[in-house]
Amino acid sequence: MSKIRALIVDDSSVMRKIVERSLRQAGIELEEVFEAGHGAEALGTLSDHPVDLILCDINMPVMDGLEFVRQVATMESAKGVPIIMITTEGSESHVVQALSSGARGYIRKPFTAEQVKEQVLPVLEKKP
Amino acid sequence: MSADAPVVGRSRQQEWLPILELAVQEVFEIMLGSHLTLATKFDPPPQGEFTAIVGLAGSLRGIVTFCCGSQSANQIAARMLGPDIAHAEGQVWDAIGEICNMIAGNFKNKLSGLGGLCLLSVPAVVTGRALRFHSMADGDSLEIVLLFEGDPLVIRLDLHA
Repeated sequence: MSKIRALIVDDSSVMRKIVERSLRQAGIELEEVFEAGHGAEALGTLSDHPVDLILCDINMPVMDGLEFVRQVATMESAKGVPIIMITTEGSESHVVQALSSGARGYIRKPFTAEQVKEQVLPVLEKKP
Repeated sequence: MSADAPVVGRSRQQEWLPILELAVQEVFEIMLGSHLTLATKFDPPPQGEFTAIVGLAGSLRGIVTFCCGSQSANQIAARMLGPDIAHAEGQVWDAIGEICNMIAGNFKNKLSGLGGLCLLSVPAVVTGRALRFHSMADGDSLEIVLLFEGDPLVIRLDLHA
């Protein structure tokens, strides 16, 4: 697998660093990592920087993760980019909402690097 | 930190305290690689210099608080981020807030029947010892004290009736 560009969206900078570390521990080579503290900031980043993968929290100020996923689905430039939710909101209804909004995977916090690998690798391998 | 609400609700306490403890243990084991032990009356009293708060809304209403001393807070941030980048004060607040967020989420996800009807707030972190905590929650309160590397952590759940 070639190096990828990832966008990590979480209002916690600590969690963004942990997610990045988990990706590296999962053996995913990162060409570039973009960070955003909420959905609106992430949309701005996406419009300037194409990425191969998005990892996104749900509970965030300004624009939450579910709204962000819905907005990304309407962006031509982000078409086909897999989105994995990483969140404390682990209920069935949140999972259903996220997946029906366009997310391709769901990881509940707290999480291990192995769980990140299990969710991320299949969607990257399927990517055209 | 001190709290003015009594710890009440014996039956719910008996039922939910082990779930709360498990939720905390899992967060520390998975995210920090640390196993916590239950505090005894002989252990040092809690030094609440960092207090993180996460609100619960919906079918379960109230707040989850996580309280620890500055040494524990720094150590938690170091375990999460690595010692080289965890020293900045903002990173410590962020780490403690995220720990409380994960505890609250993990706890409510373990309670059967809540489904997506319980939502969490974005965490807030208060620093300093000289604060008194007045929760508007008027229902049951659960509290556990666990030791992280020998220092106490206080985790409390205050519920609205």
